[in-house]
Amino acid sequence: MVVAERKKIEEIRRMVDRYSSILVVGCDSCVAECAAGGHRETMLLAAALKLSCQQDGKNPRITEACLDRQCVDDFIEQIAHLVPEHEAILSLGCGAGVQALARVYADKPILPALDTLFIGETEMRGIWQENCLGCGKCKLGYFGAVCPVTRCSKKLMNGPCGGSKDGKCEVNPGIRCGWQMIINRLETLGELDRLSEYVPPVDWSTSHSGGPRRVEREDQKP
Amino acid sequence: MKTESRLEKVLQAGHFAVTAECGPPKGSDPTVVEKKGKLLLGCVDAVNVTDNQAATVRMASMAACAILKNMGHEPILQMTTRDRNRIALQSDLFGAYALGIRNVLCLTGDHQVFGNQKEAVGVFDLDSIQLVRTVRDMRENGTIIGGGDIESPPKMFVGAAANPFADPAAWRVVRLAKKVHAGADFIQTQCIYNMQRFSDFMTQARDMGLTEQVSILAGITPLKSVGMAKYMATKVAGMDVPEDVINRMAGVPKKKQADEGIKIAVETIQQVSEITGIAGVHVMAIEWEEHVPEILSAAGLDERPKV
Repeated sequence: MVVAERKKIEEIRRMVDRYSSILVVGCDSCVAECAAGGHRETMLLAAALKLSCQQDGKNPRITEACLDRQCVDDFIEQIAHLVPEHEAILSLGCGAGVQALARVYADKPILPALDTLFIGETEMRGIWQENCLGCGKCKLGYFGAVCPVTRCSKKLMNGPCGGSKDGKCEVNPGIRCGWQMIINRLETLGELDRLSEYVPPVDWSTSHSGGPRRVEREDQKP
Repeated sequence: MKTESRLEKVLQAGHFAVTAECGPPKGSDPTVVEKKGKLLLGCVDAVNVTDNQAATVRMASMAACAILKNMGHEPILQMTTRDRNRIALQSDLFGAYALGIRNVLCLTGDHQVFGNQKEAVGVFDLDSIQLVRTVRDMRENGTIIGGGDIESPPKMFVGAAANPFADPAAWRVVRLAKKVHAGADFIQTQCIYNMQRFSDFMTQARDMGLTEQVSILAGITPLKSVGMAKYMATKVAGMDVPEDVINRMAGVPKKKQADEGIKIAVETIQQVSEITGIAGVHVMAIEWEEHVPEILSAAGLDERPKV
């Protein structure tokens, strides 16, 4: 899923203060799982924004809505009746949600309430871990299902570097050394031999380095 | 001989090689490089020029290499993959060779979080081992990455680093092997303070036959003070400074600590030179280059071979 965090109210205020009516739109998918932009967070943000504005003597009209998915037109259209009566939309979707709203509601300012962070997993309640960079050529099969592109701070394909200490990364002790994880896992699986081969330079053309990516499938088109 | 490198000649002839490190200045003054170069002239077989070490912006390694080369030094161009993609790295290899540089040390580099540009993008298009293979392929096959021909390929003597003190411990020699198989001709190690661990690492390297295939230069960094020892022990990535070394530095009065640090460095050189498979030493006197000649002289290494 996509993991995000809510921006501070001050930054949100700087973006929305010029509007007198704001539609606050959540997304009940990924960003609900990471407790940043679901139903509950949409309600909380709308309330916090009202309070913050009132403290400064402002009283914009704030309406809430939450979509099942903010990145799919069928769902986005469900707020079509609310859009015309608001000057701007404050989105609690990820970056994809914000831009999808902007594509559908082309004449409306769409503002992000979240900082979109990464593709990751809920490791445990309250902890989300980045584990996929979407490089476009999954290599997990060779590395014991631990991604060197994502979990190594230097994206090493022939790691670990000399900064691995006690299972921690040199960048900061809160980061587990991805290469220690790869080695541990392959050792458990009895497949350490996978690491003896030289891994050639990565083809980054399938990653964002090749420009914004797009998938087109004829069998899925209407 | 694979290259025109003086370092290769020294090692091929079986001499105990001596290299030292020279950090370029945080600015554009060539006289800083010249001053450091002068201190080391005649004392060493080659000089490593660091590439924005600790991710801190400094004069380009290639420029400082050219300055040292003009003074009569044999430069070793350090190249990290942190700041440049494969286009820039390969282009710089062509340029370095055109300037007369014949040695390159391939590194991944300290993460940018350690330096003074913490917000920089970390490139890491290649890793150090892939860079080793790239430089080797330029020399052996006359090709760039992807197989394209080079009109006049650079023929570099290829180096890589090894850190026997990082984790996972059992993996360090495996990684050394990967560097050797990728094409490393020489290895410069992390600074050695934990002799037992280094000696174990060398035993593993010998058992795998690696010391027959690559020249290993042992890393030596003289400690200036007990403060530096503690800093290296706790703050520097991939460093192993055991308690007894810190205690030894702490056991002498402050004014004598620099002398003690130099004494430890000299003893370390003597100890590593007795390890089978050690082909030389690499002295990294961080902003302390003026002490390199006395360290080498005390270790009996002040006479450099004519090759």
